[in-house]
Amino acid sequence: MSAKDTKTIKSPLAPEHGDAAGAQMAEPATAEMLDMYYYACLARAVDERMWALQRSGKAAFVISGQGHEGAQVGTAYALDREQDWLVPFYRSVASVLVKGMPPAELFLIQLGKDTDPSSGGRQMPGHYGHSRHKVLSTSSPVATQLLHADGIALAAKLRRTGEVCLAALGEGATSEGDFHEALNFASIHRLAVVFVVENNGYAISVPQRKQMAVDNVSARAAGYAMPGVTVNGSDVLEVYRAAREAVARARSGDGPTLLEVKVPRLTAHSSDDRQEKYRSAEDLAHARTQDPVHVFTRELRARGLLTPSREQEIRARIAREVDEGTEIAEAAPLPDPATATRYVYAESPDAT
Amino acid sequence: MADKRFLDAIHDALHEEMARDASVVVLGEDVAWKGGVFGVTDGLVQAFGEDRVIDTPLAESCIIGVALGMSVNGLRPVAEIQFADFIHPAFDQILSEVARLRYRSRNDFGCPMVIRTPYGGGVHGALYHSQSIEAFYAHIPGLKVVVPYTPADARGLLKAAIRGPDPVLFLEHKKMYRSVRGEVPEGDVTVPIGPAEVRRTGRDLSIFAYGLMLHESLRAADLLDREGIDAEVVDVRTLRPLDTTTILESVARTSRALIVHEDNRFGGFGAEITATIAEEGFRFLDAPPTRLGGPEVPAVPFSQPLEDWFMVSADKIAAAARALVAY
Repeated sequence: MSAKDTKTIKSPLAPEHGDAAGAQMAEPATAEMLDMYYYACLARAVDERMWALQRSGKAAFVISGQGHEGAQVGTAYALDREQDWLVPFYRSVASVLVKGMPPAELFLIQLGKDTDPSSGGRQMPGHYGHSRHKVLSTSSPVATQLLHADGIALAAKLRRTGEVCLAALGEGATSEGDFHEALNFASIHRLAVVFVVENNGYAISVPQRKQMAVDNVSARAAGYAMPGVTVNGSDVLEVYRAAREAVARARSGDGPTLLEVKVPRLTAHSSDDRQEKYRSAEDLAHARTQDPVHVFTRELRARGLLTPSREQEIRARIAREVDEGTEIAEAAPLPDPATATRYVYAESPDAT
Repeated sequence: MADKRFLDAIHDALHEEMARDASVVVLGEDVAWKGGVFGVTDGLVQAFGEDRVIDTPLAESCIIGVALGMSVNGLRPVAEIQFADFIHPAFDQILSEVARLRYRSRNDFGCPMVIRTPYGGGVHGALYHSQSIEAFYAHIPGLKVVVPYTPADARGLLKAAIRGPDPVLFLEHKKMYRSVRGEVPEGDVTVPIGPAEVRRTGRDLSIFAYGLMLHESLRAADLLDREGIDAEVVDVRTLRPLDTTTILESVARTSRALIVHEDNRFGGFGAEITATIAEEGFRFLDAPPTRLGGPEVPAVPFSQPLEDWFMVSADKIAAAARALVAY
């Protein structure tokens, strides 16, 4: 199953395009499309720099999101970025950039620096979190975070804050019990959660056909009485439309959505993996044709929105931000082991 | 002061904290209209409504994971796991998420939540309704583990746990719910998490215990007293953080230490107290620090003679104390 073969597939419970809510969210404005394009390209450039830092011996490990940019920009952009929550996973590079974390912070995380805002150099790279941006701290076990998203949304409901929570995961995580417990609970309480499965077809080396017997993760939604939608992650605007609908549904009190985005995995699982061992040359070549950044570039050029001068401007801005971010992170101090015993517990009784 | 059952003291703490702070919510299996299988949460849903007293699906990982999410978004959840025996599906949520959230985010996020659960045997609960689980969870930095013995402590420690900034595993011995009574102070009295309490002073040996075993240890001290053996009994009551100061001060007075718990001995929590005494109180000792725990079988068996065989009792504690004093 590749992204190319994917059409938007909806479970019987999914609302139809063209209804009142759908009509209001037909297309993003030009400025928004170019902003989304900027984030997709920025995420790719940040990601490539992470690999360069690892390959040059400056970073111990990389886990990246190349190929997932369309899924992440399309979904995160549908949020109210000030108000709403993101519960990310370890490939959420583009998502956390859209949510407001600047490239320098991602490089501080990548290099395990003292000022890494997610963990102060305690966690491996890729474990994003930032309370000010309402990005929940991430662990390495998969699917545990989906229950946290439920709790955030339940608190939002009880406190009447109007917040929506986007929870991201890979398709491998859908085999975990916590995935099923989270969908069940979210639907019982009609919680404002959008579960975004970034399905890249592989859980490290295990292909989807050995992970599940269904063709689409979205089919699971029916068992929890929630809409399930599958979209093509190479088509950023298609992702965005589906995410807007899911976010609007959540915000209006109509409950969660299971949104599956089929994406290509353009890199190995991590810097400790060699995907040529278990993926064919044809599979890898096909994945490259599905690169969401290239597809989005062609789409915006064809629409006449991405003029050569605009493209040049965006690329120059990104190059500058990535270089500056790298410099900030490389210059930042490493954590002092004397601080490693801090914050096992709160240091002030008033902390929360 | 009012004379109250252990169960009522816990119920009162929940009711009072929910009345005091609208961010306190209770969630778990059967906690709302049934009031919990032991009745601890009885009446809370009538007083505070279904938004704040939430019957959950039968899914323990869900209960703890959802509570974590609530705790980072402005609420103070008190999760009930119906029996400690069933907490293990949530082990990953407790170990990898709840206990690590503050450390892994270097204080960017905290997890103010309480996990209440009934533990322990002696009520014909057999293998899956009798377990003592404290050793698994007391091992985890980032989690606090509390095991009250008196009703006053149950109320005061639970209030402190709910108000505190960190996650607390609050273990309630189910046999004590209706069998243990005690004076509970009037007014809004909290008991700090951490300090141990000397329940009975003595000269000849120190007995360290918590929960139901504290009750049995005090009964054993009465038996020993008739024989002229003067036992000191220390209520450890907080396993993490552990009050090693009070423990060592007691050993300094008596020179003999008997550590008692209901859980099986191998790798049990008593090993931590014993090691602390051996490492830091060796010079005080006149005899090897000695552990008394449940037998090395996987869990508590059902039939009365089998359960009696398993359970640590006042008689068994007294016998161990005599041997230790005679060393």
